[in-house]
Parts: sequence; structure tokens; C-alpha cells
Amino acid sequence: MAEFQETKKKENIYSYKYNIMLTTLSRIIKYGILGFWRNGWLSMATIAVMFLALMVFEGLFISNVLTKAALESLQDKIDISVYFKTSSSEDEILTIKKELELLKEVKNIEYISRDKALEIFQKRHQGEEIIAQALEELKENPLAASLNVKAHNPKDYEVIDAFLKKESYGEFIDNVTYAKNAVVIGRLNKIIDTVQKLGLFLTMLLAVIAVLITFNTIRLAIYSNREEIGIMRLVGASNAFIRGPFVIEGIIYGLISGLLSFAVIMPIIYFLAPYTKAFIPEINLWNYLISNSFNLIGYQLLFGIGLGIFSSFVAVRKYLKI
Amino acid sequence: MIIFQNVSKIYTNHKDTIALDDVSFEIKRKEFVSVVGKSGAGKSTITKMLIGEEKPSKGRVVFGDYDISKLKPKELPRLRRHIGVIFQDFRLLANKTAYENVAFALEVAGRSQAEINEFVPQALKMVGLEDKMSNFPKELSGGEKQRVAIARAMINHPDILIADEPTGNLDPINAAEIIKLLLKINELGTTIILATHNKDIVNDLDKRVISLENGRVSRDEEKGKYLLV
Repeated sequence: MAEFQETKKKENIYSYKYNIMLTTLSRIIKYGILGFWRNGWLSMATIAVMFLALMVFEGLFISNVLTKAALESLQDKIDISVYFKTSSSEDEILTIKKELELLKEVKNIEYISRDKALEIFQKRHQGEEIIAQALEELKENPLAASLNVKAHNPKDYEVIDAFLKKESYGEFIDNVTYAKNAVVIGRLNKIIDTVQKLGLFLTMLLAVIAVLITFNTIRLAIYSNREEIGIMRLVGASNAFIRGPFVIEGIIYGLISGLLSFAVIMPIIYFLAPYTKAFIPEINLWNYLISNSFNLIGYQLLFGIGLGIFSSFVAVRKYLKI
Repeated sequence: MIIFQNVSKIYTNHKDTIALDDVSFEIKRKEFVSVVGKSGAGKSTITKMLIGEEKPSKGRVVFGDYDISKLKPKELPRLRRHIGVIFQDFRLLANKTAYENVAFALEVAGRSQAEINEFVPQALKMVGLEDKMSNFPKELSGGEKQRVAIARAMINHPDILIADEPTGNLDPINAAEIIKLLLKINELGTTIILATHNKDIVNDLDKRVISLENGRVSRDEEKGKYLLV
């Protein structure tokens, strides 16, 4: 019986503590919302800054998507062709194709047989009498079979080219177009590299600026409350109780500015999408955005709320020392 | 209940300033003690030490079971809920109403809403502000603000009320009202420490006076007077 009462007492203490935690939490949230509301102008200014910062992020996000799509569509247009001597048999060509496919740099290979090449050739020169006549006079198909090789990365063509220079292939292969295209491919590689590096640098630079501005804005908002923080300390408020409402305010800032910037960017993209399609036909920006909207809005809220919490947390720290 | 034991405080900013120099005294439960002295004599340092805002450079400050000089910052909020403090500049939360300012002291102590609903109007009634509960501090006069501060200080039923120049910003009539309120609170059983340099108030009180001079206790008398030095 005594034992039962003892556990009962313990349970009571736990539920009492739990209750206090709950009331404290609800008060922190209440004061956070109240503070947000009563500091109307300050809250608006902070949200405006965070909103702009988030817009910058969205701009970066979208421009990254576009550059990536543009570069990919460019890369897709590069390939090298391997032309075989007309004396090479189909079996021999297919063996080389299989060997090429074993290279990890190779993305895909298209085999164009002599007959197929002729077909393509005839189609291209349809209605040109002289060419048709010339072909007929030759009696034999003059065109070579070829392999169109695409690499995962434009830089890999050099490796593939080197592989094809193997001596044992010499008797089958007539020529490889890499030598002709090497300069163009090299230049394109450089451009792609530069664009990607520049994009990364710009993204990081703007991200740092946005974070600093947001952090500073929240810091100023809290600076204007420094006396209040001191008073709360004197009345016996714990650090968590003082800090909590500011963190809640930070969350509200992040939430509102995140949703707001998303609401603004959507119609902008909707109107811009047709224009981007003219430049890069491979991508439909609007569809891309729709299918990624959960990610985008998730990242934004994560960023906004995270930054709000972090800034509030750090900024209040300074005034909690009394 | 309160013991200052050989307390010294030296501020080391640009050059060493001695705020308190080997100060010792004891304050018993339910006493009304005035701490007097010129500006810079060390009155504020004593009140700051009692609420743990400053730590002594030497010596010990004890309040009931707390050795204040050894408390960690984390333990301070609990101590401060046992001590009521009022200041010359009132220190009310500007964006909270009179009611909310008083309720705040209960909320930080984790008291229930039912208790708040019951005690806050009582406390505001005690200081005569029952009809200004929903006013913000900027809508109150100096005397009214100080009374809100007193209501807030008393709401947790502290064992001790520290008043640091509570009348410094008030006209004589409002000042007398505040002192009257302090006496009433003292009669109800709360220890009061009044730091002031207002000679008339101290002389009218006719209670214990601790006089400070250059950081040292120069006099400590029951039913003392504020003597000009």
C-alpha cells in the first residue's frame, strides 16, 4: 500500500512537471506570436528582407536548372564516329562495338551498317539525279559502316579515341572523327567548366550575402528588445523562456517569407517558361517546377525557418548574460 | 536571512574601482532596512549582488539556503523568483499591458492560468490599479508604473523586496505613496531593503539604516537617521 502511494506520488510529480512544460511551451508560442504581431513594422521589414533573400535563392536555383539543361543538351550533340574500312565484316565491327561498350566512359553506341548508311545517304539526296546515277554506276555500295559513340562526359572522348588507336584495330578502322572535332570538343569542355564554376561561385556568394543580411536583420530586431530581455532575466525568467518566443518569431518569419516567395515565383515562371523553351527546347521550366515544387518549397521553408531559428538563437545569446 | 560576510567588490575596467570594501551585515526576516549613501557609495552594488547580477570579488552573500556568490547563471532564475525587485526606472515590459507585466512574473515561474487569473487582479488591486489593468506602460504615470512594478515584484510572494531608488523618478507625493505601500507590504511580513539617497524619506521612516561611505559601512543603527557627512 505504502509502495503504491509512493509510485502514485511519483506519477503525480511527473505529470506536474509535464504540465508545467506544456504550459511553458504554450506560453512561449503565445508570446512568439504576440511579439510578432505587436512588433508589426519590424516583423514586416524582417520578412521583406528574408523574402528578397529567398527570391535570390530561387533565382539561383532556376538558373542552375537552366544552365544544366543547356549544357546537357549541348553535350548530347557531341559524339565521335568510327568509320570502318569497307573490307571489314559486320562480325568484326560488332566485336569492336562490344569491346567499346565495356569501357565505362561510353554511354551508348549506335551501329550504322553499310546498307543503313546508303539508305540515309539516299534519303538525304532524294531527287538529285546525278547522285542517284553515280550510285547506280558504281554497282557496289561505296559507303562505310560506322559506329556513333557517345560518352558520358565530353572529356572522355580522348580516352575513347586513344582506345580506338589500338594497333589491332588498325586493319578494320578507316578513320575516327575525333581528330577533326577535338578542338571544338576541347573548347566546349572549357566553356562548360567555366560556366559551372562561375555558377557555383555566384551561388555561394549570393547565398552568403543573403544569410548575412537575414541574420543581421533578425539581430537588429532582437537588439531593439535587449532591455526587455534584461527585464525578463530580472523577473526570474529562464533562458529558454526568454529565447523561446524569439525563436518562434524566427520560425514565423521563415514560414511567411518562404510561402510568399514561392507564391511570387510561380506566376513569374509560368510566364517565363515559353521563352526559355525557345532557347533550350529540352526543358519545360514550368513542368519542371511543378514536378519539383515539393522539393523547392521544402528547401525554402527549411532555409527560411532554419535561418530564423539560428539567427534568433545566436542574437539573443548576447543579451542573456545578466 | 540575508548575510553579507566581508564582501568586497572591485570593478576592473580601465582602472580598478573599489565599489564595496569589506562590508558585513545581517538582515533578519521581516526587517525594513534602508541602505543610504551618496551616488557611488555602493548601494546599487549591494542590490545587484542580492539578485546575482554581480558577484563579490571577495566574501560571501547568503540568502536563506542560497549562497548567492556561488550560484551558476542557470540557477539564478529560481533565486530571482524568491526576490522581488523594483527600480528607479521601473523596468516594465513596454509591449505588455499592466496586467500582462504582472502576469509575466507568474508565467515564468510556470504557474497555472487559473492562478494567474486569480492573483494578478488581486495584486493590482493591492496597489490601487484595478481600473488600469489593460493600459500599456506608456499610458501610465510614473507613480502608476512603479506601482505596477511593485505588484509584479510581490506576485510570487517573495520573502524579500528590494527597492533600488524606487522614488528617484517620482514627485514627493507619489514618492510618499510608494513608501506607504512598501510599509504596508512590510507589515504583511515581507522583508524590505530600500536603497535610497532621499534624506526625508529615510528620516520619516524611523527604521534601521545602514549608511555607506566610499564602499564601507559607516553606520548601522536601529531607528537610524540619514546623517549628512
